[in-house]
Amino acid sequence: MNDWKTLAPVLLESVGETIYMVAVSLAISGVVGLVIGAALYATRPGNLFANRVVFSVMNVVINVVRPIPFIIFLTAVAPVTRAVAGTTLGTEAAIVPITIMASVVIARVVEQNLVAVDAGTVEAARAVGAKRVSVLFGVVIPEALAPLILGYTFMFIAVVDMSAMAGYIGGGGLGNFAIIYGYQQFNAGATWITVAIIVVIVQSGQLLGNWLAQRVLRR
Amino acid sequence: MPAVIEFDDVTKSFASDRRSAPTVAVDDVTLRVNTGSIVGVIGYSGAGKSTLVRLINGLEHPTSGTVNVLGVDVGRASESELRGLRGRVGMIFQQFNLFNSRTVRANVAYPLKVAGWKKADRDRRVDELLRFVGISDKANQYPRRLSGGQKQRVGIARAIATDPEILLADEATSALDPQTTAEVLDLLREVNRRLGITIVVITHQISIVHELCDEVVVMDGGRVVDSGDTYRVFAHPRADLTRRFVAAVTQGVPSGDVLTSLAAGGGTLLSVEINEFTSEDVSAVFHRHGARHSVVYGGVTDVLGRQIGTLTYRVRVDGAADAAAGSATDAAIDRIVAELAAHTEVHRPEAAVKKEVAS
Repeated sequence: MNDWKTLAPVLLESVGETIYMVAVSLAISGVVGLVIGAALYATRPGNLFANRVVFSVMNVVINVVRPIPFIIFLTAVAPVTRAVAGTTLGTEAAIVPITIMASVVIARVVEQNLVAVDAGTVEAARAVGAKRVSVLFGVVIPEALAPLILGYTFMFIAVVDMSAMAGYIGGGGLGNFAIIYGYQQFNAGATWITVAIIVVIVQSGQLLGNWLAQRVLRR
Repeated sequence: MPAVIEFDDVTKSFASDRRSAPTVAVDDVTLRVNTGSIVGVIGYSGAGKSTLVRLINGLEHPTSGTVNVLGVDVGRASESELRGLRGRVGMIFQQFNLFNSRTVRANVAYPLKVAGWKKADRDRRVDELLRFVGISDKANQYPRRLSGGQKQRVGIARAIATDPEILLADEATSALDPQTTAEVLDLLREVNRRLGITIVVITHQISIVHELCDEVVVMDGGRVVDSGDTYRVFAHPRADLTRRFVAAVTQGVPSGDVLTSLAAGGGTLLSVEINEFTSEDVSAVFHRHGARHSVVYGGVTDVLGRQIGTLTYRVRVDGAADAAAGSATDAAIDRIVAELAAHTEVHRPEAAVKKEVAS
């Protein structure tokens, strides 16, 4: 059994790794997912850039990737991970599969929230002669801002969850810590403190998201 | 007067799905809208009015025929030409379609931004527009906080921001109460008179057309069934649908139970269409023939200051009190009908019922 004097620095480092993984993968997938989601919305039949072929291809790709259990996906995309990060082990390597999966899920979340924007608002923007791209990014996305913030909050939590699983393939972070020091060394204390820290991270994210969404909604 | 909007044999159909036949929303429509006029397009929902108005600013493209707006061939124009055209054609909507994520000021400034106006010019123009529509005090509010009438004022300010030549109003007052509707109609009249903007109003409410429009287009099943000067169209309807629209506000010719109970009251019922031939003219005819008369059914309505409608009179002609009285009365009534018919439409609603019973 490790005593807390030696564990504490490791735990602290794990928290840092988790935050790093979540921040980097959420930042990249947030942008990529937004673009793919906006493209999905825009290419839907009857929408701004209606294109049945492009829409169907993206739709199928997302439907194929999304249901794969993340723990399996982690190993399945190992060749991609190696190509991008140069290794399949460690925090950097974990960011690759997390980013891919999160992009796909965020694309769906974005699409769903954009679809809910009143078509009349889009028509009003087009009727004053706005370019379709600026209608999409200047009107549709701002109109959906509050639900988008909540969607991204949801995704923050999902990414924290994914990052914990990445611990299994040596991705580092709190998941890794809980497995090595909690599960494998029968140290319930280490497990519980990990749980507590994750709960705090998730709760903080949720509170921030709710607060931001409220601010946007209140106008 | 030059036409700002010209439709020639325009058809627009939508493919609902690949198997079923396409739906024809606008069917072989030819029409002209003159500069400076207010034209009403009236019809029930599904008549193709909304599609028609969207063909004007190129939100829809004609399947066949040509749409020419301000010299732009909408069906053949490129996307950027259409954007240019849309800066010259404003549009307001039934549900206002304001940007909820922007303040009133930013809503009105949006078309100016799209048109590439500088910030200072935009601010000045927005102030001017908000003053014009009477909501300067709401400039920094978000649309959600406004009443329906205020929202439509913002909609109008946004639609006329770039000083367009045409304003399209798609059921712009249908979501408003009567008082607010009257205010918005006043504002539209101002837009037309003071700014010289041609207005195309889409509506299913005949009262809007009566109060606002110089000209009217009646649509049914995608086709134009009647069109022209508003008074002419409603005073002398050429289509059944026009007659039904008029009857909806003026009751028309009595039938059914109403007719049965009216007929039980005695005398002879005559339904007379009121147009240039006014109710005073009708009374004068009755007087000349010594007939007592009273209005028992119907109504008239005002179309841009003139009356139209249908009035049903109970007419009694006092004949000699002998056996020949009945036929003498009939002869007198026939003479009255003949004289009225020389000026306007006359119906004998009872006769129609008797004919039905006989056959």
